[in-house]
Amino acid sequence: MIIKETYPVKADDMTCAGDVSARIKRHMKRLGIPSSIMRRVSVCTYEAEINLVIHSDGGQIDFEISEDRILVRARDVGPGIPDIDKAMTEGWSTASNEVRNMGFGAGMGLPNMKRNADDFHISSVVGEGTDISMIFNI
Amino acid sequence: MKVSDFERISGAKCLTGPYEDREIACGYTCDLLSHVMGRGQADMAWITVQAHMNVIAVAALLDFACVIIPESLPVEAPIVAKAKDEDIILLSSDRTAYELVMLLAENGVAPAKKG
Repeated sequence: MIIKETYPVKADDMTCAGDVSARIKRHMKRLGIPSSIMRRVSVCTYEAEINLVIHSDGGQIDFEISEDRILVRARDVGPGIPDIDKAMTEGWSTASNEVRNMGFGAGMGLPNMKRNADDFHISSVVGEGTDISMIFNI
Repeated sequence: MKVSDFERISGAKCLTGPYEDREIACGYTCDLLSHVMGRGQADMAWITVQAHMNVIAVAALLDFACVIIPESLPVEAPIVAKAKDEDIILLSSDRTAYELVMLLAENGVAPAKKG
């Protein structure tokens, strides 16, 4: 393992949203990860981070780089997702009007993650939280 | 087309001060950040009426050439400071997003493709 980090993400803190994704990008840049992979990981970490801020009661993002792959795992404590198929549908969102006014809540977060990761897995328990794992082959 | 060419042709004002010039590879206008994440690529010029911290975060993550705020919409000082920190070129124009897109297109800037 080259890097293994865990970053906490606070709920509702819009001013810091994106900070974890920026730190992860800096790690990748330093290690010379190809820009096309860096872009896809950045899209996924940012979407995951925003989801934790907007929808959860707080959580964490685990980030690992090994020789041949990058793992991003976003886990939260929160309301969970009752219908994952619906949540994966482009355009479907439960975001508040307040964050929609900021340009979030387009219902593209989970589809963007699935499209950009080589492997995407999501599980969720209503009333407990959501766990998303994404793998990117180097 | 370079950012400085666009600044000159459009009459836009750079809010972040002197910058290292860079080529604009493509352009996109949208105010929904997840659409921008889905479509964004390095060296893109992004036109948006959103002017908050997360716009700078998105532009930095995807290494955009510049962010252009239309219709001289207000941009608060902390946003400009954050853009400077992240080396994001932030332009402001009194033109509408539509007019700015026309200028980019007339000068050969291609639309951003979906990533």
